[in-house]
Amino acid sequence: MTVSTSKTARLPSGFVVAPQLPDLLVSVKVRRGVLGFLRNHPTVAIGGALLLCLVLVGILAPHLGTVDPTALAPAKRTRAPSADFWFGTDALGRDIYSRVLYGARVSLIVGLSVALFASLAGLAIGLVSGFVRWADGIVMRFMDGLMSIPPILLAVALMALTRGSVGNVILAITVAEIPRVSRLVRSVVLSLREQPYVDAAVASGTRTPMIILRHILPNTLAPMLVQATYICASAMIVESILSFIGAGTPPTIPSWGNIMAEGRALWQVKPFIVFFPAAFLSVTVLAVNLLGDGLRDALDPRMAKGL
Amino acid sequence: MALLDVQNLQTHFRTPEGVNRAVDGVSFHVDEGETLAIVGESGCGKSVTSMSLMRLIPEPPGKIAGSIRFQGKDLLQLSEPEMRAIRGNDISMIFQEPMTSLNPVLTVGRQIGETLRMHQGLDKQAALARAVEMLTLVGIPEPARRVREYPHQLSGGMRQRVMIAMALACNPKLLIADEPTTALDVTIQAQILQLMLDLKRRVGAAIVLITHDLGVVAEIAERVMVMYAGRKVEEAPVAELFRSPRHPYTQGLLGALPRLGSSLTGAARRLAEIPGQVPSLKQRIEGCVFAGRCPLATDLCREFAPGLEEKGPRHIAACHYAPKEAAAA
Amino acid sequence: MVSYIFRRILATMPVMAIVALFVFSLLYIAPGDPAAVIAGDQASPADVERIRQALGLNRPFLVQFGSWVWRILHGDLGTSIFTNLPVGSLIAQRIEPTLSLMVITLVLTLLIAVPLGVVAAWKAGTWLDRTIMAFAVFGFSLPVFVVGYVLAYVFALHLEWLPVQGYTPLAEGFWPWLVNLILPAVALGCVYIALIARITRAAMLEVLQQDYIRTARAKGLGQNSILFVHALKNAAVPIVTVIGIGIALLIGGAVVTESVFAIPGLGRLTIDAILRRDYPVIQGIVLLFSFLYVLVNLMVDVTYTLVDPRIRY
Repeated sequence: MTVSTSKTARLPSGFVVAPQLPDLLVSVKVRRGVLGFLRNHPTVAIGGALLLCLVLVGILAPHLGTVDPTALAPAKRTRAPSADFWFGTDALGRDIYSRVLYGARVSLIVGLSVALFASLAGLAIGLVSGFVRWADGIVMRFMDGLMSIPPILLAVALMALTRGSVGNVILAITVAEIPRVSRLVRSVVLSLREQPYVDAAVASGTRTPMIILRHILPNTLAPMLVQATYICASAMIVESILSFIGAGTPPTIPSWGNIMAEGRALWQVKPFIVFFPAAFLSVTVLAVNLLGDGLRDALDPRMAKGL
Repeated sequence: MALLDVQNLQTHFRTPEGVNRAVDGVSFHVDEGETLAIVGESGCGKSVTSMSLMRLIPEPPGKIAGSIRFQGKDLLQLSEPEMRAIRGNDISMIFQEPMTSLNPVLTVGRQIGETLRMHQGLDKQAALARAVEMLTLVGIPEPARRVREYPHQLSGGMRQRVMIAMALACNPKLLIADEPTTALDVTIQAQILQLMLDLKRRVGAAIVLITHDLGVVAEIAERVMVMYAGRKVEEAPVAELFRSPRHPYTQGLLGALPRLGSSLTGAARRLAEIPGQVPSLKQRIEGCVFAGRCPLATDLCREFAPGLEEKGPRHIAACHYAPKEAAAA
Repeated sequence: MVSYIFRRILATMPVMAIVALFVFSLLYIAPGDPAAVIAGDQASPADVERIRQALGLNRPFLVQFGSWVWRILHGDLGTSIFTNLPVGSLIAQRIEPTLSLMVITLVLTLLIAVPLGVVAAWKAGTWLDRTIMAFAVFGFSLPVFVVGYVLAYVFALHLEWLPVQGYTPLAEGFWPWLVNLILPAVALGCVYIALIARITRAAMLEVLQQDYIRTARAKGLGQNSILFVHALKNAAVPIVTVIGIGIALLIGGAVVTESVFAIPGLGRLTIDAILRRDYPVIQGIVLLFSFLYVLVNLMVDVTYTLVDPRIRY
């Protein structure tokens, strides 16, 4: 106020000055750059960091004080967690710490592979049904049918007919996830086809592959990436459920679902057998979901409103 | 005492790009039964002003300051339940978009009746009967059938009539109409304006009419307030304003109005336009808000924001160089 | 209205047919000799041959499919390889606990998730919204058996408020039935609650920005009336859609939940069938649940017309 009075002193007489009004709000600074992005979307940072740790754990499993995760030691069965056995031992005397760390590999491989394969297959199917009119009806009816089978049951049915292996688990879950991706891609394609710039490209004689490459793919990428993270999370859960009910990875492979399945009968007396793989699985899935939520908010503010 | 007395109204919003000072120090009053028009181009803060009067601005991200005295009570000091008792009852509002301002999944009768049940304690039957009466009043044919219909079954003009019926159901003292005719066909615009005037006379409500359409202003307003960049720049009785606008912005606005009989293509008289852009409200503006587009602006204007001065009888404007009555005469 | 429902039912027929075709042809799509896979590694050639005969794998594909569909349309879901009992009666014996669990979970979910989503949207951006959404992410991420074990450990083993395991048929009383199902329903509902709460919030946020909500506020309506009458009814279509889609999660999760809480339902039957490679039973269960899912989503379609007058029928 002192400033303005000294200013008004310079004002010729006969002029009226509007009163100075206070600011009601303090403006917040917008952060930019990579650090700003991570601070604005903390879930990406948290999810990404957690996931990175788990990937490292999976890769470095042999060097993190583990022993052979399949080594039996009947004399040391169902030991509670201690300095020797950090997470205790299971009913066959195997070291749960080692099994859980190696189990990270199975979960991550299944999750990432399913996300990758389902995205690629879904992209191909979605593009075809978005661009080829006559195929659209048939493909989408087929996808409707596939989507009407609850994914876990579909995977169970597929697994019941094949020998348990990590590859078959990936295949079974991928098949169950494809309809969702292809529907997403198809809807993006259909909405983009209505855009004036795509019309313009068509009108100027651009060939379909070129249109897909230039206009469709770049716009499909963001929603697909988000969808892929959710598929990754869902695939890890389905894998553990399949293993848990005996339709997943063979019991010889230490996966989190298998460890829990083996601890199931004893869980009331030896809860630690179930606890550690359960905790790791939950944290991993949480990390992937946080990453997905953050990416969704960051990549497409409009999509953030939807699921 | 004025029905509504607004002093130093400020409505600011926090946005990612900075604080938007959408309304910054606006004062005005409305007498009982009077029609005040608030005019200005889009983004000048006229709609935000009307929303602020009803306290419909979400806080956060918004913030309202100043005082809004309605029948002597400062609305900004009321609790939310006290404010709710006033909304739709003593003060009601008509919005610009009749297509989207009615709830698509509730019947027309329900949406009119709701206000009556809420503010006047009518039961369901009585509220519905009164809704039929209101529809008759606003000139909707077959009101008994229409009350049971949904908004998508009505035309745009009919929907705006329903909005008016809803707003007037509780005999408000003050009706705020935010661009009530902008979204309508020209022929329907006239009907709706006529309807508002008729009903206003019958109910005796004061009207605050928000518009950018000077034709509408000339037709129904008694007093006009011109807003620019969140401030009031001029206010006068309608005839006085059209006869001798004082603020360069108002002069520009009136110059931009096509006159009947003037040729737009011929050399006779080009439709005037105001050069430049409305300044961003996200930075504090030193000096006069209109200085950037004003033909009369001097360094003085850019340094010192002009205050509102009496330039004629009941005629005020915020401009250092606008002529006063003595000088103009 | 009736004709709309009838047309919707007709429209689900092709979907049902594709489901049936898919479930049936899995036997052939699977690599290798299905009879050998089902028989298991220790099976003798005679066992494999017996299974081939039992499943009719030696006949042409279309003939098999035709007769299979014909039998299903007459209520015959085939015969279990392991027990030699009709799959239909095996399922009938086990269906009550599973349906009970799913119904309780559905009711519980709707009671919790919709209000949570509404409140989160209303208080969007506040700590309350963030807390609810954080819980939703957790609910989304915790596998159903993890929640099940934690709940059972805390509320049954430690606090002893509720039974650890088991199931009491509804015929033996409502309370014993309900008490046994509370923990499983909460465990199973977790993912579902998270899903519905999120879509409710998203749909409500969209609706709350609409002009008619501003009108409702300008009329002086209270918060409850605005949220639960004016907004929720408009947000209902996406919410109801996801409730329908989410049934798939419920079906998959029920299998696991039953295993954690030792509930003798279809989940138990599924696991036993997997262990014994009893494919006709698995086929029957998958088919049944898929039809249930299609039926639920048919009901969802019909619900649209009740909540939104703009949808024509």
